[in-house]
Amino acid sequence: MKVSMTVNGQQHTDDVEPRLLLAHYLRDVLGLKATNIGCDTTSCGACTVIVDGLSVKSCTVLAAQADGSQVTTLEGLAGPDGELHPMQKAFREEHGLQCGFCTPGMVMAAIGVLADNPDPSDREVREGLEGNLCRCTGYHNIVRAVRSAAQAGPAAGQVPQDQEVAR
Amino acid sequence: MIPGAFEYVRPGTVEEAVAALVEHGDDAKLIAGGHSLLPLMKLRLAMPAVLVDISRIPDLSYVRVEGDEVAIGAGTRHFELEKDDVARAEVPILPYAASQVGDPQVRHRGTLGGTVAHSDPASDLPTALLALGGSVVVQGPGGRRSIPMTEFWLGFYETALAEDEVVVEVRVPRTGSAGWAYEKFTRRANDWPIVAVAAVEGRVALANMAGAVVRATATEEALARGASIAEAAGLADEGTSPSSDMHADPEYRRHLARLLTRRALEKASGAGAAAA
Repeated sequence: MKVSMTVNGQQHTDDVEPRLLLAHYLRDVLGLKATNIGCDTTSCGACTVIVDGLSVKSCTVLAAQADGSQVTTLEGLAGPDGELHPMQKAFREEHGLQCGFCTPGMVMAAIGVLADNPDPSDREVREGLEGNLCRCTGYHNIVRAVRSAAQAGPAAGQVPQDQEVAR
Repeated sequence: MIPGAFEYVRPGTVEEAVAALVEHGDDAKLIAGGHSLLPLMKLRLAMPAVLVDISRIPDLSYVRVEGDEVAIGAGTRHFELEKDDVARAEVPILPYAASQVGDPQVRHRGTLGGTVAHSDPASDLPTALLALGGSVVVQGPGGRRSIPMTEFWLGFYETALAEDEVVVEVRVPRTGSAGWAYEKFTRRANDWPIVAVAAVEGRVALANMAGAVVRATATEEALARGASIAEAAGLADEGTSPSSDMHADPEYRRHLARLLTRRALEKASGAGAAAA
């Protein structure tokens, strides 16, 4: 079947099997490999991307279900000149990563947290990221990064592709 | 993990969805958010030949007051229910139960109709719905019919829904400021409950104490005849058939049912007094 979607601002149309998962479409068809597949069971959040303004786990969405949608992956966050998204900057500055495997999903989910609540407490950040696991247990600095990003202004809770993360 | 191959259809109306179910029968499965079905398909525990995607059908997502009831569209996603002002004012146990489902990403996808139709005995929203009472509105080839909440969930993944019917709406009584509680016991933050208890207006429902969500009828009868909370809660596991798994054996689940029912009833009566 044909699916069309806008990924990181670019329109894509591909002929895919209906059973193709969005995570595999992004990684294997479009070659966008920042989106990691961790547990493959909707538990770890490593595959989190933003679809039509909402964070979702792309291992549990069919590409067919995202047909016609606006999708943003980690690759779509930095500006054309390489300027990092405020959430990426905050993760770097606060050292919000250790091995880095959970980081793409963590950053996308964190943008979703700020979209929902622009100035969360530590507890609200932790609850907002409950669907994302860091096997290094580097949560303290991740929480610090998200709270620091919140201070950078509303852009930290938005993706650049002309679509504010609105809920 | 990759699901088995299937044909994908995306009806634009409930009538078209029903027609697809009539045409394909047992081979077809409805999908909306897909957060119960897709994991099963990835494990090949479910292998439908035809997937009928009802998520694009318009006007299935709403929460509105209709007389003494609140009507909620089957396509309403958990995060929408969680944040809905009408639901929070009229039937607050539901948005709270919605907030207890999975994690934010899961709540962005999962729908009320999906969790109702799936009939997992450990699911949060059916437990709260069963305590509320009311009905599930379904649509089939012959039109719509209403199934009482108490007759809808029959067993593990088994409901009163016919093969060619679609859940379109859930109707629950407005409880307003009446006391309520949802007590969920988990090992980790976003787990399924080992046991959960929903209580509102003297009605009590249990998650994970049988093949489907069930009412704690002995507790309800005791409350109705004026028994104390402690006495009524002590009967919560009567007539249940909890299973055994790596998290808990049946005896421990029975203990949790009694304990959580007491906590839920205490909380519900306190909340009622505070609101009055």
